[in-house]
Amino acid sequence: MTGLLDSLGLAQSAELLSLSPPGWGGNLLRGLSHSLQIAFGAYALGLVIGLFGAYGKLYGGKVTRDLLAIYTTVIRAVPELVLILILYYVGSDIINKISSSMGGGRVEINGVAAGIWVLGIVQGAYATEILRGAIQAVPPGQIEAAKSFGMPAFMTMRRVTIPAMMSFAVPGLANLWLIATKDTALLAVVGFNELTLETRQAASSTRAYFTFFLAAGFLYLMVTLCSGVIFTRIEKWARRGQPSLTGGRT
Amino acid sequence: MIDFRSLMQPHRIVMMLVFAGIVVWCAFSLQWGWIPKYTPLALQGIWTSIWLLVVTVVLGFLLAVPLGLAQAIGPWYLAAPAKVFCTIIRGTPLLLQLWLLYYGLGSLFPQFPWIRSSELWPYLRQAWPYAVLALTLSYAGYEGEVMRGAFKGVAKGQLEAAKSFGMPRLTMFRRIWLPQAIRNVLPTLGGETILQMKATPLVATITVVDIYAVSSRVRSDTFIIYEPLLLLAVFYILIAGLIALAFHWLEVQVLGTGKRAG
Repeated sequence: MTGLLDSLGLAQSAELLSLSPPGWGGNLLRGLSHSLQIAFGAYALGLVIGLFGAYGKLYGGKVTRDLLAIYTTVIRAVPELVLILILYYVGSDIINKISSSMGGGRVEINGVAAGIWVLGIVQGAYATEILRGAIQAVPPGQIEAAKSFGMPAFMTMRRVTIPAMMSFAVPGLANLWLIATKDTALLAVVGFNELTLETRQAASSTRAYFTFFLAAGFLYLMVTLCSGVIFTRIEKWARRGQPSLTGGRT
Repeated sequence: MIDFRSLMQPHRIVMMLVFAGIVVWCAFSLQWGWIPKYTPLALQGIWTSIWLLVVTVVLGFLLAVPLGLAQAIGPWYLAAPAKVFCTIIRGTPLLLQLWLLYYGLGSLFPQFPWIRSSELWPYLRQAWPYAVLALTLSYAGYEGEVMRGAFKGVAKGQLEAAKSFGMPRLTMFRRIWLPQAIRNVLPTLGGETILQMKATPLVATITVVDIYAVSSRVRSDTFIIYEPLLLLAVFYILIAGLIALAFHWLEVQVLGTGKRAG
């Protein structure tokens, strides 16, 4: 192994990337785990916001609908970087106001929690649109049938709407998950030590920019490719029982 | 486009009044004294942002056409690299690509004396060529995938008809295949261009002074947090609106109808 690395001239890179302290591999993996935590949290928060948002947009009153339209339009028109800064400052201001009104001092905000809050709100806007489209694609007769049997609204959502819309929503949601993982990199700009920032710190202190940025790129790519495999499975599962789109008779 | 009567519903009038109230409150109770001092810098920043957007979209699209074509009909030795390129670009964060190019190439180039002595060196020492390169590659990566679908989506009969008239392959591509493919993806391209606009502020992290960098500078100089960020958000919303309008206009021109993409 070492002989092979030596012959390729990669021994130095391997040393830099090793997991034990002289190498920075451990830092990169810690950054990756932070990135994934933030991405999972933000994605989950985004899905919850998106589900409520989609229901609000479809069945809500006039004011709810207009407010949600403003939310999704504004979030999707402003760069994530700007939103992250605004939401970050707003969030920390609110928390500090609450803490000082309760007699506490300044609160140190946990980076992961702040990242989840900031990215979750951004993801929520996209999820709202995806889920709204998916719910609209469900044949209305199915939902009406549930209603006509006297099924309560929440049970209709759980038993009919969500399973029926899954196959329409999964491709969009898969895309959204990839956006979530990549958007965590933006948090580097506000100083959260996720993968991209850890990489930059490692790179600038060892001057081995290519080694570390390529290694981080490889990690991100692995996350993307693995997610792709998983989402293909989920899509297959969500489509079970439906005629396939490509293989069927035309 | 915007139906005037639909704005005149009671709840919308109330919302607009509330919004106007918020704007007035912002205008009077927030600090705007820094604006005159930073106006020249901000105008320069706006110019940089728009220039970057236009140049990278045009260059990226020019690169995306061969990428899409290679994936759609190319032999495997062209299709495979194009697919790998698109996957890598789409699978890693743009910020990482930008930093890899700027810090990586930027630290590599000075090691070669012939690059240092070349005509290009004064440019390679600045940040903007790396910004243009990273944004162009990113747009090309995403659009290459879109164009692949578009090229495949053109009806086969049309191409066969052209062939049966003995049209040379290049003419066929120029007159029939490419126009139809572009027609089909115009709505997607509009959305992607807005996404590209939203990616431009990243260049501020490699010292390019775009409008985002100007707002960060105001924040760090004056410790005023919300006002520059609000203005910045408004600016980006306006640009996004302009892009949407421009593509809508283009669609009307090209398709003859104003088919709105959802």
